[in-house]
Amino acid sequence: MSERAGAALSLGFVTTFITVVVALPIAALAWSASKKGAGGFWDTITNPEALAALRLTLAVAALAALTNAVLGTITAWVLVRDDFRGKSTMNAIIDLPFALPTIVAGLLLLTFYGPRSPVGVHLAFTRGAIFVALLFVTLPFVVRTVQPVLIELDVEMEEAARSLGAGEATTFRRVVLPNILPGILSGVTMAFARAVGEIGAIVLISGNLPYRTEVASVFVFLRIQSGDPDGAAAVAVVLLAISFAVLLVVGGIRRFATKHERP
Amino acid sequence: MNARKLTLRAIALGYLLVILVAPLSLVVWRTFAYDASGAWKALSDPDTVHAFKVTLEAAAVAVPLNTLFGVLCGLAIVRRRFPGKGLVNAFVDLPLALSPVVVGLALFLLYGRTGWFGSWLNGHGYQVLFALPSIVIATVFVSVPFVAREVIPTLREIGDEQEQAAHTLGASSWQTFWRVTLPSIRWAVVYGIVLTTSRCLGEYGAVAVVSGSIQGKTETATLRVQEEYENLNTGGVYGISLVLAAIAVTTLILMSIVKPSEERY
Repeated sequence: MSERAGAALSLGFVTTFITVVVALPIAALAWSASKKGAGGFWDTITNPEALAALRLTLAVAALAALTNAVLGTITAWVLVRDDFRGKSTMNAIIDLPFALPTIVAGLLLLTFYGPRSPVGVHLAFTRGAIFVALLFVTLPFVVRTVQPVLIELDVEMEEAARSLGAGEATTFRRVVLPNILPGILSGVTMAFARAVGEIGAIVLISGNLPYRTEVASVFVFLRIQSGDPDGAAAVAVVLLAISFAVLLVVGGIRRFATKHERP
Repeated sequence: MNARKLTLRAIALGYLLVILVAPLSLVVWRTFAYDASGAWKALSDPDTVHAFKVTLEAAAVAVPLNTLFGVLCGLAIVRRRFPGKGLVNAFVDLPLALSPVVVGLALFLLYGRTGWFGSWLNGHGYQVLFALPSIVIATVFVSVPFVAREVIPTLREIGDEQEQAAHTLGASSWQTFWRVTLPSIRWAVVYGIVLTTSRCLGEYGAVAVVSGSIQGKTETATLRVQEEYENLNTGGVYGISLVLAAIAVTTLILMSIVKPSEERY
C-alpha cells in the first residue's frame, strides 16, 4: 500500500467511525425533537413534571460539583503536599467511582445510607440521596485535574511568599489558587456534566418520585418506557445542549490555561 | 502548620471513608455475613451467567474497536490537519459529558422501526433494538473517548522529532508507527484500554434503554443487578454487585501499576 493511501484510509476510518457511531445518532435525536416544531418542543420541556425534573437535576448537580470542588481541592492538596502511610492506597481509591459500575455505586450507597443504615442515616427516596450519589460519581474529577498542577507547582514559590510575611491563607489565595484555578474550574465543569446525566447511581436510591426525586435522566428513561420517545427527545436535547456547553467551557478553560502557562 | 496539615488530612480521609470506603466494605461484609449461599445461588443462575456473557461480548467488540479508533484518532488530531477536525474532536469528547440515557434514546431513534437506519435494517430482517447488536452499539458509543483522551496528550508531549528522524532515515509511515510512535505511547494506550474496559463492563443507562432487559436474552450484568433488586432477591443483588466491584478493584490495582510507568517515557 502506498504511503498516501494508508494515510487516507486511516483518516477515512476515523471520520466514518465517529460519524456513524456518535454523530448520526445525535442527529437522529435532534431531528426527532424538532418534529413537533419550536412550540411543541417548548411545551414538552415546560411541562410541569419535566421542568421539575430539570430544575432538581441542575440544582443538585451544581451543589454536588461545588462540594467536590472544595473537598476535591483539599484531597488533591493532601495527596501532593502531605505524606503518610497508606497515601498511595488513598490515591488509588480516588478512581473507584470511575471504575465501579454506577448501578453498583447506587447499591453501595443504598446499603450504607438506606433503611438498614448502620450509622442511622436514612436518606433513601429523598433528595439527600441524590446529592450523595452525585458526590460519589463526581468525586475524582477535581482531584484529578488539580493534582497534576500541584505536582508541577514549585513549593519554593509558597515558601518565598511565607518568608516575605504572607500568612497561610494569603499564600493559598495569592500564590496557590491562581495556579490551580483552571484545573478546579475544568474539573468542576466536567463533574457538573457527569452529574446532570447520571442515572445508574441514582435510580435505586432516589425512589424516582415525580416532582420530588425524579431527575432528568430518569424522566427521559420513563418517557421512553411509556412509549413517548418524541417527548423524551425534547428533554434529552436540553441535556445534550448542556453537554455541548460544558465541552465548550472546558475547551475554553484549557486554551486559557495553556496560553498563560509559564514556560 | 502541623495542625493545619492534620486537619486537612482528616477531612480528606474522612470524606473518602464516608463516601467510598465504608459503603463498599459494608456491602462486602453483608454479602458474606448474611447471604453468602443466596449470593452464590444467584451467581450460578443461568440467567445471571448469560447476563455476564452478554456484557463480555459487548466489551469484546467495543474495546478492540475503540482502541484502534482511539490510536488512529489521536494521531489524526495531533499530527494532521484535515477539514472537520474540530468536529471530530468535539464528538470524541461528547460521550464523557452526555447522559447515557440520552445516548440510549439517540440510538433508539436511529435504529427504531421508523429510524433512518432502523427502517432499512428491519425491512431486511435485521433486529437491532432489544437484541444483542443494540447492546454492542450502545457500549461502543459510551466508551469512544477513553483511549483517544489518553493518547492525545501523550502524543503532544513526545513531539514528532523522532518520527521525522525515522522518516528522514528512510522508514515508511508503517515502520515509523510500529517502531517509533507506538512504543512511546504504549502506556497511554494500556491505560486507555483499562479505562475503556471498565466503562464497558459498567454501562447501564444507554443499555437499559435499547436492550429491553429481556431476562436470559438481552440482560447485561448491570441490568441483572436491577432485576434482582426489583425481585427483592438480596443475595442476588449483593452477589452480582460484588463480582462487578471485584472487577473494579482489580482495575484500580492495574491502573496504579500502569500509572507510575508513564514516567518512563
